[in-house]
Amino acid sequence: MYDLIVIGAGPAGLAAAITAAKNGLKKILIAERDREAGGILNQCIHNGFGLHYFKEELTGPEYASRFIRMLADLNIELMLNAMVLEITPERHVHVINRDVGYKVLEAKSIVLAMGCRERTRGAIAIPGSRPAGVLTAGAAQRYVNMEGYMVGRRVLVLGSGDIGLIMARRLTLEGAEVLACLEIMPYSSGLMRNVVQCLDDYDIPLLLSHTIVEIRGDKRVEEAVVARVDQNLKPIAGTEMTFTCDTILLSVGLIPENELTDKAGIEIDPRTKGAIVRENMETSCHGIFACGNVVHVHDLVDFVTEESEIAGRGAAEFVLNEKSETADEMTLLCGDGVSYVVPQIVRRERVAKTQTVYFRVNRLFDKSRVVIRSGENEIAAFKRPYMAPGEMEHVKIPKALLDKAEGAIVISVEEDVS
Amino acid sequence: MKTVICIVCPKGCHLNIDEEHGYEVSGFGCERGIAYGVEEVRRPMRMITSTVRIDNAALPRCPVKLDKPIDKHLIMAAMKELDQVRLTSPVSEGQIVVENVCGSGASFISTRSL
Ligand code: SF4
Repeated sequence: MYDLIVIGAGPAGLAAAITAAKNGLKKILIAERDREAGGILNQCIHNGFGLHYFKEELTGPEYASRFIRMLADLNIELMLNAMVLEITPERHVHVINRDVGYKVLEAKSIVLAMGCRERTRGAIAIPGSRPAGVLTAGAAQRYVNMEGYMVGRRVLVLGSGDIGLIMARRLTLEGAEVLACLEIMPYSSGLMRNVVQCLDDYDIPLLLSHTIVEIRGDKRVEEAVVARVDQNLKPIAGTEMTFTCDTILLSVGLIPENELTDKAGIEIDPRTKGAIVRENMETSCHGIFACGNVVHVHDLVDFVTEESEIAGRGAAEFVLNEKSETADEMTLLCGDGVSYVVPQIVRRERVAKTQTVYFRVNRLFDKSRVVIRSGENEIAAFKRPYMAPGEMEHVKIPKALLDKAEGAIVISVEEDVS
Repeated sequence: MKTVICIVCPKGCHLNIDEEHGYEVSGFGCERGIAYGVEEVRRPMRMITSTVRIDNAALPRCPVKLDKPIDKHLIMAAMKELDQVRLTSPVSEGQIVVENVCGSGASFISTRSL
């Protein structure tokens, strides 16, 4: 019987396992489907990781290795090439791997850290033929950065997600011509710094409110027809332009990978597409925790680490001194301007000093206030100079203020007119 | 007056730099933005990360980075220098791969052990 089984050895799984070990758990296993730990960080060779957490700027592989090196010291077992097929509410983990075959492992607690996957072309249904040369930005990143294949010479990037922006720069450095980055929304979905460093630096145009309306090509992509879209995101007739290109990279969003979560009957939030979590990252299933991109898609790994440490502590606490289930569950709801909040439920007596709440806004905000309300009462407000949907935000609500609330709490954003 | 977006941290503050008045910076969220804003107008510097070929390793490419930023206009020349390099495993994280890139004094170092 394991104290804890962590599913996924990316940044979330690593931080959760390490924190659980530091908080007293002895027998910990991480099951990872790849042939090495580190997850997506291994292909994210660019820098900018760790500024918040380590107060220095690291590349993805460097950020990962800081955690991977700790595994051995803490006696954490790592099972590689291991595919988890099923988890159950009784905390049984069905896993298959070449060395051990098919096994059902039992655990006192589980942390779900499977991360997310890229939306594919099918999900956004571009009309036209289906030639080779259309791939997700993350797949291209793995080919170029790890496997040493160049993916194309004349490239269009559809979507302005961070990986798409980073790959626009990467392919330019490797000698490709990146013609443009197209974003259907009127704002970039990636971080501002990536727009500056990856597109502006290389004179790659970012065409906002534009999308691909047709892909042409026989065996390989030959042309893409691009059009401007109106407020309802419908292409405007007469605005079409044709780009001659051999490759189209898709950076049109990420979705938490929750097949295992779903199958276990764990409650999912339709807004985040991840499990509904409590203040300690516990899901609706007692003893099963979740953290990182499987809960909600982050744009900074530093916050994944922070959140996963909470999950690791939660799991350790659960195994070592399980508290009786309490009834006082306070729900956090999205008000105007907010597209999701995490955690969705808070048990106030478990909050130490402050509760961090992560959220995203659903449109651009200049000077604004993040307002926390309970019924009619404003219990807290936080000023922000600028907020965009592409950048995850957070507020720290002091416990004393939470204690004042009755019923659900609503988090909304208002333009600051003062 | 020039406007640049600070890229030192993910916050992305919009900085205004007044070249006529001693490069006075406004709009920064923290001190680091001041230095960045002035430098970005006077002498833009950039970090580069890339990969180099590696033989006998688990992967055919080894990731590398500069140990300090170089002049923005040297980026493509630096990539050319990197193109000449071929490593053989084992390589350890932090090992120097190319010294004094384009005479800048910066080096490319490996960012993982392979
Ligand atoms: S000015 Fe400071 S807070 Fe603003 S982006 Fe630059 S480093 Fe970040």
